[in-house]
Amino acid sequence: MIEIDVSLARNTGFTLTAQFTAPQSGVTALFGRSGSGKTTIIQMVAGSVRPDQGQIRVGDEVFLDMAKGIDLPIEKRRVGYVFQDARLFPHLSVDNNLRYGQRRARHAHSIGFEAVVDMLGIGHLLKRRPHTLSGGERQRVAIGRALLAQPRLLLMDEPLASLDEQRKLEILPYLERLRDDLKVPILYVSHSIDEVLRLADTVAALQDGTVLACGPLADVLSRPELLPVLGRFDLGTIFDCVVKSHDADLSLSTITFADGELRVPLVDRPVGAPVRARIRSRDVSLSLSRPIDVSVTNRLAGTIGSLRREGGPYVNVEVKLANGKLQSLVTLESVDRLALEEGMPVWAMIKAVAVDSRSPTFPVQNEPFNPPSHSAGPNLRLVAGRSLPPGLE
Amino acid sequence: MLLTPEEWTAVALSLKVAFWSTIWNMPPAILVGWILSRTEFPGKGVFDGLVHLPLVLPKVVVGYVLLITLGTRGYLGQYLYGWFGLSLMFTTAGATVAAAVVSFPLTVNAIRLAIDGVDKGIETAARTLGASKIDAFFTVTLPLMLPGILSGALISLASALGEFGATITFVSNVEGQTRTIPLAIYSATHMPDGDAMALRLTIVSVILALGALVLAEMADRRIKIALGRV
Repeated sequence: MIEIDVSLARNTGFTLTAQFTAPQSGVTALFGRSGSGKTTIIQMVAGSVRPDQGQIRVGDEVFLDMAKGIDLPIEKRRVGYVFQDARLFPHLSVDNNLRYGQRRARHAHSIGFEAVVDMLGIGHLLKRRPHTLSGGERQRVAIGRALLAQPRLLLMDEPLASLDEQRKLEILPYLERLRDDLKVPILYVSHSIDEVLRLADTVAALQDGTVLACGPLADVLSRPELLPVLGRFDLGTIFDCVVKSHDADLSLSTITFADGELRVPLVDRPVGAPVRARIRSRDVSLSLSRPIDVSVTNRLAGTIGSLRREGGPYVNVEVKLANGKLQSLVTLESVDRLALEEGMPVWAMIKAVAVDSRSPTFPVQNEPFNPPSHSAGPNLRLVAGRSLPPGLE
Repeated sequence: MLLTPEEWTAVALSLKVAFWSTIWNMPPAILVGWILSRTEFPGKGVFDGLVHLPLVLPKVVVGYVLLITLGTRGYLGQYLYGWFGLSLMFTTAGATVAAAVVSFPLTVNAIRLAIDGVDKGIETAARTLGASKIDAFFTVTLPLMLPGILSGALISLASALGEFGATITFVSNVEGQTRTIPLAIYSATHMPDGDAMALRLTIVSVILALGALVLAEMADRRIKIALGRV
């Protein structure tokens, strides 16, 4: 486990009191608006910022224990740090940048040079100097450099924030591959819900220097009390699904999960691949009877679990399904008109499903097909765009 | 241009003094520049002031202070002389010390600016990759501040070539030992037919200064290209 329990008061008035535990595997996203203390927390884990009080442990290694006077120097912590601005050494070639940490790693090397260079697709850049690289290339080299230092933990501070949309889409598959192929746990700082959905297993939601919630992604993102952090219209329900079938003629795929099936725009993943479906609360409407004459394809039966008044005209309704639950955002007027109350059976009609890939994205060329570019139907939407990195088509 | 043997001696001596004072200046100037740029401690202001004292004091005062500390009968000089038989008086070594002391604050300033310009974040990156503080300094900070070191060295050279007051007060004006170009020009102006000599040495001074500037500019470009800044 990664255990963090720290507090810090800056003379600027900023205070941070963070306590959470993250699994020592997979990707843990520190999610929140700028100024919420995300970066400060990982700087503390790296050792470049010292809290006033607290402890940081990774597994059985104590990084910091202010009460006992333990503060491991940065270079002894073995954390790989990928900065927002890459921070490559401008006087060294890409090759020597990559080897800087590798040369200083004294223990057995489990992450090999060739493997990293291959995985990140940077073999053709080795002789170049950092200032000749594009933003995306620089960030890939920075990731490789951090990995080759043989870290026990990888810290990523908004590694995509300084890149344009095109470059982000170019790098995301590499990050997915990193997550799936290597056993290094990752702490990932981000304010982008899309990145978090695509990469994270665990989410710690931060606001104003405190951790509001920490847990598995699907749990945290469906908690109504996190509305202020996540933003009303980003809140939703996450289902881990599997691709069941494709219908190329209709440009639809069917994905299944514990509570049924969803029809979504053609997913560019093979049958059997795990995907993550995200259903925003405002895309779910409710019906008391089985909806027949409606255009909405995706309908799930359930019972109302709870009603919660939100700001303005809105009420958040939690619908219990056989196994999971679903959030629906309706108006107070509708609640009154339908006389909705706890325990009532309802039909949830889902107007849109966003599908995020969750599985190793490589090798792409083995996939049964690539969907043609098409516009999504009026009721269905594919949010996470996916383009292939150069050299992988 | 033809110089008299006496003038050649002064030119050669000036170059020798400037070269060695610069060489001796660099390591402590890098250390002090780093301390001023990257550390905070009580009394830093006083330390900063002490480093800059030779810059603001009259050079004659600097020379006099050197005389009463490092002179054969000075506070420290008497032991140098008594124990090791070393004397700086009237020697090229003494002229080198005077030039080094006077140019030290300017050199420190140039290097301090260069260290200020090196992103601390890059040093942090090196530390997360397993480099100790000292390792990160020698493999990252030092190479990145090379342009600053170069300009510090140039300032040190120029200031040593022009040193007059401290030298003449501390080690006097001895031909072949301490009579550098400025001292030779000074002497020439006191001689009945010294005008031509003073003029020739003045022209040499201008050529040396220009040459140093041009060389430094070329080296600076090369270093910046190597660092990827151009």
